[in-house]
Amino acid sequence: MIPALGLLLGLALGLLLNPSVPLWLQPYLPIAIVAALDAVFGGVRAVLDGIFNDKVFVVSFLSNVVVAALIVFLGDQLGVGSQLSTGVVVVLGVRIFSNVASIRRHLFRA
Amino acid sequence: MSGTPSSPSRGHRPSAGPWRRLVRLGRPRATKANVLAASLAVLLGVGIATQVQLTQERGLSQLSQPDLVRVLDNISVRASRLDAQVRELEATRDRLRSGTGTTAEALAQAQKRVDTLGILAGTVAAKGPGMRMSISDPGNQVTGPLVLDLIQELRDAGAESIEIGGVRVVASSYVEDSGGRLSIDGKPVGRPVLVTAIGDPETLASAMMIPGGIVETIRQKGATATLSKQPTVEVTALHQPLTLTQATPVP
Repeated sequence: MIPALGLLLGLALGLLLNPSVPLWLQPYLPIAIVAALDAVFGGVRAVLDGIFNDKVFVVSFLSNVVVAALIVFLGDQLGVGSQLSTGVVVVLGVRIFSNVASIRRHLFRA
Repeated sequence: MSGTPSSPSRGHRPSAGPWRRLVRLGRPRATKANVLAASLAVLLGVGIATQVQLTQERGLSQLSQPDLVRVLDNISVRASRLDAQVRELEATRDRLRSGTGTTAEALAQAQKRVDTLGILAGTVAAKGPGMRMSISDPGNQVTGPLVLDLIQELRDAGAESIEIGGVRVVASSYVEDSGGRLSIDGKPVGRPVLVTAIGDPETLASAMMIPGGIVETIRQKGATATLSKQPTVEVTALHQPLTLTQATPVP
């Protein structure tokens, strides 16, 4: 419950304050967000599987974000930034979908 | 759907139902990890909101389609102008051929030609619609190649007469840059660098402001360029034509 409230609070903060993203962060923010969403859905799935662990969630969240940003950074350096970004988004999207499917099976048996 | 364990479809699961498990996790606990997870969620929320707003802003300011439309507009305007010119020239040719206006007509044509060539060669002052740009450059970062790019970009955009820092830019002009001091055709150019160009103001301005163009390059170098479209600008600096010693026209 607290994390969900935190998410809402964060959305409200972002909408109200409208912080400016520094230029160096701009390519990484969208990928980092998708990676974080993957971690969140993975966490919810783990809850339903009964194997949720706070520490694992925090670590996976942070490592997801860092690794995603790192891949984009590396891609930028190698000159294939946009393609690699697309790849990361596709992979994370597939994972989010499978996690959501698993959550759905748990909750609705369908 | 609530977690009623009596539901027949989940009888094979003796432990708490998934909904109940979700609710149990949702109960606030004051563990360090829970607080951490909550703060991560706040961060995620801020990130999503920020990114969404950033994307929307970018969508408004990108203006790639209007830019394209403007380019297309310019081309069609230019085409129609050229068409009009063709008709005018054909009419002139017909008049000359028929010999209705003889000497006076030929004289007027010759004078027009002299004027045009004078403006192009920089030997007469010129005025017309155009733009002025002032590049203030405290760090002396605007170097010769950038000025050369600027001149080329102005020419591409159809500038008919260019003056930079009081020096008329013509076909033979060269840009020198030694130790942060700029000079064009050997004459020093002071800072801020003042650029005056005669041409279609819209085309010139959009050629300067185009993403990745001159103004952006100047800004990236830490200098600032202010640009203004003018209904009338005057280019008064003159270029001393060199006397040709070798080349003679082929009749």
